[in-house]
Amino acid sequence: MIVTMAHGSGGAATSELIRDIFARSFDNDVLNEMEDSAVVPGSGRIAVTTDSFVVTPIEYPGGDIGRLCVCGTVNDLLMRGAVPKYLTCGFILQEGADTEVLKRIVESMAATAREAGVKVVAGDTKVIEGNGGMLINTAGVGFVPEGIEVSAKSLKPGDVLILSGDLGDHHAAILGSRLSISNDIVSDNAPLTEMVGNLQADKVNVHTMRDVTRGGLATVLKELAASSGVVIALEEDKIPVKQSVKDFCGLLGLDPLYMGNEGKMIAAVPRAEAEKALSAIRRAAYGEKAVVIGEVYDPASAPAGKAGDLLLTTPIGGIRQLDVLQGEGLPRIC
Amino acid sequence: MCVALPGEVTELLDDKFAKVDFNGNIVEAATGLVDVKVGDKVLVHAGCIIQTVSKDEADELEDLFKELGAF
Amino acid sequence: MIEQYMKYLKEYDGAPVTLMEVCGSHTAAIAKSGIKTVISPKIRLVSGPGCPVCVSPSGYVDQLIHLALEEGATITTFGDLMRIPGSKYTLNEIKGQGGKVEMVYSPMDVIRLAKEHPQTRYVFGAVGFETTIPVYTVLLDAVIAEKLTNLQILTALKCMPPVIDWLCEGGAKIDAFIAPGHVSVITGSDYYIPLAKKYRIPFGITGFQPKELVAGIYGIVRMLEKKEELLAQGEVLVKNFYPSVVTPQGNEKALAKINGYFEPGPAVWRGMGNIPDSGLYLRPEYAAYDAGSRGLDDDRKINQACRCDQVLMGKISSKECPLFARVCSPLSPQGACMVSSEGSCYQNYLNRGN
Repeated sequence: MIVTMAHGSGGAATSELIRDIFARSFDNDVLNEMEDSAVVPGSGRIAVTTDSFVVTPIEYPGGDIGRLCVCGTVNDLLMRGAVPKYLTCGFILQEGADTEVLKRIVESMAATAREAGVKVVAGDTKVIEGNGGMLINTAGVGFVPEGIEVSAKSLKPGDVLILSGDLGDHHAAILGSRLSISNDIVSDNAPLTEMVGNLQADKVNVHTMRDVTRGGLATVLKELAASSGVVIALEEDKIPVKQSVKDFCGLLGLDPLYMGNEGKMIAAVPRAEAEKALSAIRRAAYGEKAVVIGEVYDPASAPAGKAGDLLLTTPIGGIRQLDVLQGEGLPRIC
Repeated sequence: MCVALPGEVTELLDDKFAKVDFNGNIVEAATGLVDVKVGDKVLVHAGCIIQTVSKDEADELEDLFKELGAF
Repeated sequence: MIEQYMKYLKEYDGAPVTLMEVCGSHTAAIAKSGIKTVISPKIRLVSGPGCPVCVSPSGYVDQLIHLALEEGATITTFGDLMRIPGSKYTLNEIKGQGGKVEMVYSPMDVIRLAKEHPQTRYVFGAVGFETTIPVYTVLLDAVIAEKLTNLQILTALKCMPPVIDWLCEGGAKIDAFIAPGHVSVITGSDYYIPLAKKYRIPFGITGFQPKELVAGIYGIVRMLEKKEELLAQGEVLVKNFYPSVVTPQGNEKALAKINGYFEPGPAVWRGMGNIPDSGLYLRPEYAAYDAGSRGLDDDRKINQACRCDQVLMGKISSKECPLFARVCSPLSPQGACMVSSEGSCYQNYLNRGN
């Protein structure tokens, strides 16, 4: 079936879409009440986030916009130390969208929500003119356990930075499917629930966590260095990138340090806790390749640089200063 | 300028294109500028094979520098 | 071996030397390797005009934009060209206003597009130096063989020797050139012999991996130290430090094809002016495939205070330009050197804290 403006009218066609696709896949006690708003239990410190997803193609190697929107939202909650609980989703469908595709996307979203341990408790659908595309906005709610304080500003000199796995897979999978380069690189889109859960269960003293998404590792770490007023020093040789992704970047003149990811995080922990943190992350799904990639310095005693600098030691021992991504990271050919 | 990367020819498609493998990234590259065969290491720029990679660079450079040092 | 070269470059204490890389991919590779931080301050590396995207004049971009907005026409091009400003807009900006622009990895991809959409007029934004120009000849071969009538190219093609000549003639403060590795794959290393002779200046053809850069720069500094000796012995000051893919004669098949389709003509380089015979244009017999490439000479400076031309000649550093890192940044480039990630000001901007 093809989505038409009628599916956004609020009438019979909308009800049918909700019943046959959304309610069937998301099926849970809160959503099933089908009230104007969801009433859920919970108390204490609440983490709230929202995100919009506009990826094309909507289905790509290793994932789709449904899986992506759950991962993106859940991971944002996790990065503040919250335990994710509830999601809402707003679908904006372009007329011409195929309901079979929509079904797959929603089913993928539901499966990812189950994996991440969250319920989709509210939703909305609108239809706009267009040519068969689909956009999703999500909001997420989680609860921060007592005693957990994680923020982008609490990076401390002496911390080591742990990266949970290979860089660049998501970006390369998306771009490869748009350009005429075929490969078996798949998106890393994944919820990091278990990873963060392990860190908390093992009582690792995590100062800062960030998911390494748009703009890539360099952008995320440059922002962290600036917000905490420290120098971050990385070693290029230690940063894991698959050879296929390296060559993909080589073909297009891209830099893995600026490629987007959707299932990777950085954790900053005191050096003494590094082994404990590594073991917690490696034990979790999607964390087996976690490694220490760099260190945090007090600007006064850093080997180079000043407050807010992100420095990379290259394989030939040179120092490269990294900035945030400029522009949109377009392929460079000549 | 000019981003180019070496890869390996894995298949000749017709008289105009060949599949070139860059560690798992397959590009159908045009063969109009170089005669290639399967197994050749080639340099590809913007979807076009521009040269075969033929020599052991390290050895060659060493010879060259010996020469430069000997002046 | 590489350790020895590195040690040599680090400890170099001879006469101060300035090496220019005329290739934008070298500029990017040099920045990425951090090599400037591990060689003697007496070896200065400066960036030249070697990014074809950056040096395309605003008139060329305006013509692409004009075509992108035309009924039934679509511009296809490389990613980087999307960001370069015309006199008012970039292709990226015009895309959001109804301009039809598609990014491709290879010009060959447009063949498929043109066959799938016979009603659409496709124009490929064909920028490039000697490396990329033969790719367009292969594209044209296919267009002619397939009898496609809906695919043309809009060219801004440029050659390296005339601009190197222009730099030397203009009194650029350069002791030696790091010659462009992939241009040389096509042209061969002998291409630089006339310039090396005319200006008694060394050329070292260099690869792009960190180790290749180290080897190339080492070789060039050695050549400079031995320069008088080499000249006295009648040696040519051109050495090939990228022998895995560069030969003395280059890719002769590619060169013949370039000559078959294109002829030299004057070309405007953004911020630098018109350099005689530095451009290539489709020969008159192939005019049907040209979307109007000649005479796109308009080069409106976005900002009159822009000193890109002097930066390119190595006469001033990016930081000496009054616009640098003030009104001129990668997000709002005022001149050629800030436009692409290969531009010298762009790279200096990223490293401005050092």
